[in-house]
Amino acid sequence: MPVPDTSFFQSHYIPNTPSQQQEMLDAIGVNSIDDLFSDIPAKHRHPTLDIPHPMSEIDLKFQLMALGLKNSNLEQNACFLGAGAYNHFSPSIVKPILTRGEFLTSYTPYQAEASQGTLQVAYEFQSLISNLMDMDVANDGMYDGATSFAEAALMACRVTKRDEIYVLDTINPVYREVIETYALPQKLKIYTLPAKNPILPATAACLLVQYPNFHGNIEDLALYKRQTEDAGALLVVSADPIAMGMLKPPGEFGADIVTGEGQGLGVPISYGGPYVGLFCTRKKFVRQMPGRIVGRTNDSEGKTGYVLTLQTREQHIRRERATSNICTSQALLALAATITMAAVGKTGFRQLSELNYHKAHYAASLIEKLPGFSLPLEGEFFNEFVVKCPTNPSTINKRLLANEIIGGLDISSSMPDCMLIAVTEMNTEPQITALVTTLAEFGS
Amino acid sequence: MNNIHAFQRKLLMERSVPGRIGSILPDLDVPKQNLPRPELLRDNLDFPELSEPEIVRYFTNLSRLNFSIDTNFYPLGSCTMKYNPKINDEIAFSPGYAGLHPNQPIDEVQGALTILYRLQGYLREITGMSGVSLAPLAGAQGELAGVLMMRRYLMDNGQEQRLKMLIPDSAHGTNPASAKMAGFNVVSVPTDDSGNTNLEALRAEATNDLAGIMITLPSTLGLFDKNIVEICNIIHQAGGLVYADGANMNALLGQVKIGDLGFDVMHLNLHKTFSTPHGGGGPGAGPVAVKSILEPYLPAPIIGLNQEPNEKHYYLESPNKSIGKLAAFHGNFGVLVRAYVYIRSLGDYGLKQISENAVLNANYIKEKLKGYYNLPFDRNCMHEVVFSATKHKDKGVNGLSISKRLLDYGFHAPTMYFPLTVDEALLIEPTETESKETLDLFIETMKSIDQEAQSQPDLVHDAPHNTPIRRLDEAKAAREPDLRWSRPEEP
Amino acid sequence: MNPSDRRYSKDHEWAQIVGEEVIIGITNFAQEQLGDIVYVDLPEVGSNLDQSSKLGEIESVKAVSDIFSPIGGAVIEVNQAVLDSPELVNQDPSGSGWLVKLAPSDASSDFSSLLTSDEYDELIENEAH
Ligand SMILES: Cc1ncc(COP(=O)(O)O)c(C=O)c1O
Repeated sequence: MPVPDTSFFQSHYIPNTPSQQQEMLDAIGVNSIDDLFSDIPAKHRHPTLDIPHPMSEIDLKFQLMALGLKNSNLEQNACFLGAGAYNHFSPSIVKPILTRGEFLTSYTPYQAEASQGTLQVAYEFQSLISNLMDMDVANDGMYDGATSFAEAALMACRVTKRDEIYVLDTINPVYREVIETYALPQKLKIYTLPAKNPILPATAACLLVQYPNFHGNIEDLALYKRQTEDAGALLVVSADPIAMGMLKPPGEFGADIVTGEGQGLGVPISYGGPYVGLFCTRKKFVRQMPGRIVGRTNDSEGKTGYVLTLQTREQHIRRERATSNICTSQALLALAATITMAAVGKTGFRQLSELNYHKAHYAASLIEKLPGFSLPLEGEFFNEFVVKCPTNPSTINKRLLANEIIGGLDISSSMPDCMLIAVTEMNTEPQITALVTTLAEFGS
Repeated sequence: MNNIHAFQRKLLMERSVPGRIGSILPDLDVPKQNLPRPELLRDNLDFPELSEPEIVRYFTNLSRLNFSIDTNFYPLGSCTMKYNPKINDEIAFSPGYAGLHPNQPIDEVQGALTILYRLQGYLREITGMSGVSLAPLAGAQGELAGVLMMRRYLMDNGQEQRLKMLIPDSAHGTNPASAKMAGFNVVSVPTDDSGNTNLEALRAEATNDLAGIMITLPSTLGLFDKNIVEICNIIHQAGGLVYADGANMNALLGQVKIGDLGFDVMHLNLHKTFSTPHGGGGPGAGPVAVKSILEPYLPAPIIGLNQEPNEKHYYLESPNKSIGKLAAFHGNFGVLVRAYVYIRSLGDYGLKQISENAVLNANYIKEKLKGYYNLPFDRNCMHEVVFSATKHKDKGVNGLSISKRLLDYGFHAPTMYFPLTVDEALLIEPTETESKETLDLFIETMKSIDQEAQSQPDLVHDAPHNTPIRRLDEAKAAREPDLRWSRPEEP
Repeated sequence: MNPSDRRYSKDHEWAQIVGEEVIIGITNFAQEQLGDIVYVDLPEVGSNLDQSSKLGEIESVKAVSDIFSPIGGAVIEVNQAVLDSPELVNQDPSGSGWLVKLAPSDASSDFSSLLTSDEYDELIENEAH
């Protein structure tokens, strides 16, 4: 490759030309740009910088698109993989709205008069998410589903002034790891309870339940509500928003804090992020809630408008006593979720949820009949289920991929020969048939 | 007269008309299955019913109520509101990247891992550190990761009594909040009259319970602390570790490596320095970079590389003493891809031009406005400059009113009332992507506001006048929180 | 001019003896400094406070301040009206905007360490400059 001549290089992102720069230096009264950096110890100035030379847009696009082709993506392959991120419908209107510069390139709406668009979207998001979960209030989003769950545990400890976090053994094991990262340094204790018959002591701050759980099963929230109530603890539920189209929402069971992963609501799956964490609670706990909250008010002429509110909870005011250190969160993805919820709408959301349910149950019923395969777990499930395979799941997944199918998550380390399969509205009948046909090749 | 504005701002639920739909879903193409027990099912979902065209127009009109980088000069200090290149979005949204499932086996995502691996390397090179984790989802999470590593390192070395974290009084609020979440006690250190850390106060705190210090470099005052190497030495000699908040790295790209100065750990804000769009409050990415002593503690995952005879193979790993997972997956991948494209597109020469022009632009504004606004630190600034809007306080014009008046003129406001240590602070960060013509117009505007403050203080005091909404009643919002739409009570 | 029927702390709280009880509030100066008060957090009835220990928190839109108890004692009543309408503290800090009533543990010794209204007037005179 020819080496570009550096003396003439000017980035297309930098408007000021060398002669303008000179004018500005003259106005400042220094000889060179270098003089402006005189506070930096001379010994450490001008380090070598071993970064490749600049690339043209054409070359860059060519190279990166080629590199992208090395990945097996969800447009070319049928996807039966879930476990925290799902291939769900994202309406075509999401991306054009998301990429409008006025949304994409604005900052956190601290200047309310210059950010009414972002603020009103946040209020819409809070409204729809609290409706979805049937809770009093929601915030404007957290980093992701796992950190929301962890922050909910911390909040429950603040509310109850207790330090024992109880976690069911059926929550996503990665979420469990994130809860440990957040809670252990603060000297909080974490205990695991069996989902089957948990006994919650009267010293518990909270019980953490995933709904549906990591294996796809629908947990008995009524039972857990009774137990948390008896213990004077909070019921914290991490709920799948898509399942809430048909399942009774956690709020109806009396959950105290509800979190969730918002990715399913039209957010690109994008190798794990950026997503958006959902976070709701009851009105009486709102001052202990982490994250940004937008409220409705009026301006000096009586017009309705929106502002960031209850900011004294946050780090920029309360500093080390804040409810969380979160600052930049995931507002753009909350916008994506809001657009999706609006577009799918009231009747569509039920339909969407049921499509997941029927397709998953149909697939499960076929797989269960295959020789050598079984469904080891009992109980109701939503769109995800565990399958016990006749051989190790990674072998099966390789064969599936050869047939343009991305198989389920290999969970053989916790359940021997088992795979966690997710089926969504994006999986067609032919895809399900192809999955079952390939699996059948392993049945002996 | 019609009220188009009120119509445009009606909420989704207020627009809802039973029977409208916003998207057609496919019919069920498999046999219907038995539904779960009825007591598990929900009866009602209060969601809007709207057609697609109304939804698009609604959100489009809302967007037009925002100021943004694409439409306005946005000199918001500490936030580095630079132009966000469109190619970054195009690539991050392409199916080869946006269409990957985070749980796919690594063989299927080698292209994605290649980018992450190289990005780790570039950030190591830029910071002069020896290890990088891309896992943190924003600056504050990078801080949390950084201070958790410090805590674990101290504990592993039998120093669990070291719980005192020093934080300069000018620091961003996330610093003390993160330190607290990692179990440290926060002690504030003052800034001296020239804007550097007060060394005497620092020495007095260098006791055997010292865990370390979190320093923003350049500081939130837009200054490069002249004693930075000495500060690192003082802390190290006292047995502590030194953290750099690298949110202001736009000033230093290619000019100096933070690692060379003596820092042990730092985070970067890719949504500032590396041009990824801020999205109205996220997403961001806050990679952490560390010296070798802290490498075993980095948050998972790290991208590793196996050099096989004729093929490279990338994999995900968790360092052996890792502080653990910070989130469900591997970081804000879409943001990381954008930052990668940005670095490749600017390359080594371009990165240096960023910091040069960012610092030049800030000093130009400082020089041009210093006769008009009080300048608390009259020395070379870095990528941003702080003024103190105290001059017209007797006329009721303060930092807030000047900020709001700028909105009337089509400029976003500077960061106001931060840092907390400067009275009526106005922190102005122009970034390198603004032209001299824009800066000149901004400077002229600031001068006329100064003029207005003298001759027509009420005009400034009552600003903004031209925005979609006037000044909002924040006290009401906080006293009677209205945080969601609720269905009006049926009579 | 602050009322002379009570004593003041350097942290801008006042304490007034009424029969067996002591009423506590924040001063007009404190209220002005805080601006629009939007939330007040007060201790539960029955809790015991030492002199100068944290009594509660008071929030404006963009600031939080601790309130310290000018005297020691047990909380016998909190002002529900202030919890419901925090703006009362702005409107009438020395009267209906009172915060709590205490049963003092050692009123005479605690009071001797507080400022008279004249001394307090002087203090804020100096702080304002
Ligand atoms: C100096 C400084 N440190 C830390 C942060 C926190 O970063 P983030 O908002 O990405 O969490 C910011 C920005 O908000 C900042 O300006």
